[in-house]
Amino acid sequence: MTLTEAPPTPAAEPAGPPVRKPSARRRLVPYWLLLPGILWLIVFFAVPLVYQASTSVQTGSLEQGFEVTWHFRTYWDALRDYYPQFVRSLLYAGSATVLCLVLGYPLAYLIAFKAGRWRNLVLVLVIAPFFTSFLIRTLAWKTILADGGAVVDLMNTLHVLDVTSWLGWTESNRVLATPMAVVCGLTYNFLPFMILPLYTSLERIDGRLHEAAGDLYATPATTFRKVTFPLSMPGVVSGTLLTFIPASGDYVNAELLGSTDTKMVGSVIQSQFLRVLDYPTAAALSFILMAIVLLTVTFYIRRSGTEDLV
Amino acid sequence: MPALRWIRRNLIVIAGLLTLAYMIVPNVVVMVFSFNKPNGRFNYAWQQFSLDAWKDPCGVADLCSSLSLSFRIAVWATIGATVLGTMIAFALVRYRFRARGAVNSLIFLPMAMPEVVMAASLLTLFLNMGAELGYRTVLIAHIMFCLSFVVTAVKARVMSMDPKLEEAARDLYAGPVQTFVRVTLPIAAPGIAAGALLAFALSFDDFIITNFNAGSTVTFPMFVWGSAQRGTPVQINVVGTAMFVIAVTVVLVGQLVANRRKNNARP
Repeated sequence: MTLTEAPPTPAAEPAGPPVRKPSARRRLVPYWLLLPGILWLIVFFAVPLVYQASTSVQTGSLEQGFEVTWHFRTYWDALRDYYPQFVRSLLYAGSATVLCLVLGYPLAYLIAFKAGRWRNLVLVLVIAPFFTSFLIRTLAWKTILADGGAVVDLMNTLHVLDVTSWLGWTESNRVLATPMAVVCGLTYNFLPFMILPLYTSLERIDGRLHEAAGDLYATPATTFRKVTFPLSMPGVVSGTLLTFIPASGDYVNAELLGSTDTKMVGSVIQSQFLRVLDYPTAAALSFILMAIVLLTVTFYIRRSGTEDLV
Repeated sequence: MPALRWIRRNLIVIAGLLTLAYMIVPNVVVMVFSFNKPNGRFNYAWQQFSLDAWKDPCGVADLCSSLSLSFRIAVWATIGATVLGTMIAFALVRYRFRARGAVNSLIFLPMAMPEVVMAASLLTLFLNMGAELGYRTVLIAHIMFCLSFVVTAVKARVMSMDPKLEEAARDLYAGPVQTFVRVTLPIAAPGIAAGALLAFALSFDDFIITNFNAGSTVTFPMFVWGSAQRGTPVQINVVGTAMFVIAVTVVLVGQLVANRRKNNARP
């Protein structure tokens, strides 16, 4: 959630030219400060990616060992076998991101402008769910969406279930183990990651801008469209990224709330790695996912013109 | 219609509160079901009120040991990530050096990558090195993914610091060490604390990276995951509820203390 801290001013670099030339010892200080942490990231983040790249072009078996044979067909085979899971992952993650934005915006707006002295309480309530393990909370959705439970009954009575099952989101009599349950869980799990950046960027907006818009005869809707929403763009961008990126690789919701027909690509990577032990395929799948996500993110950041986000 | 007009005027508040309800309801369910006495192995349907689980929270094999393991890992991961991350943050804000762009990307990338990718690639490293999966590999992984979050949290705070305060300290003949301990560190403390808290929460609740790199070691999230397959004991809900209540109490008490201090500070 700290992606949101796009600072209003550029880094407070040591102002002006230094009075005297820094000694050699002093010039080394930043490198000593960086060394341990950066080394950690290189050894345990960057190097593993190289290992994974090499694993993905290996062939062999567990018994005889794997060898690098530049077998790029693995990528092709992985895509051919698992493209439904890829499409599903992007579709579910995308839907959850849109839902988070639609559901989260009013709440962020409420906290920033309408909550008054309740602001801190509502903020605590937004963060509070974090304090219970997310797996336990996700399991609670099994109770909420249970067959014959209150939610399913209500949807049945209102004939919502007929529409959603016609669309293929649910089955005609149940929500659990359907795409809707998975998207619902994803949305739930990542809502705070959308709300907090939205809130920080909304809170920075000068209230006088709203008054000015009103003075210039803008209706509330126009004010929102022309003033509030554009100014909250940094929050929208980092919120959608913080939702979409983890959601696309998530397999917890799909496994706990879904069925075999709702498996996402994270599930496949996990089972290939930990159960099937087909390391090359698993590595290739993971690389394809990484490439898709990084390309999407880069494209999205370019399009929205907030490159100072990082 | 006045009722309709009222709804239209307060549309945003209503929508916001509905979202808040959506976020809170699962917590309420967890809480209520910690008083359940389920019929079978799974605690998904309400049967009858009972305090059994609350009286015996450690009554399920491995639950409390997994909890204390998660706690230990989170503490050490927090310490490691906070120390390393704070150092990086200071270097980034306070000094000019070569390869700044590369360092920035190396810190940003772990946050822009699905967790499962990091988890899988780290596992290939450990497998290739022949490392034994367990407590140590989990700790290594946790420090790795918490690091970036600490850096961003601390960086934001250090950036907004007024460098004149440190200049003033030096003008008053404070040495570099004294300036750092007496002036810089106290001002940066809220950022460091925020980073540490974030690291603790991320580590304690992490499932995906842990699941890949833990071998047969069982942390609390992994215990819950396993029980979702084998049968969910009510004690899980007790732990979830207790954590929630403790955390919210701490936050509220902290708020109260902060408010009182602010009021006292006013003449």
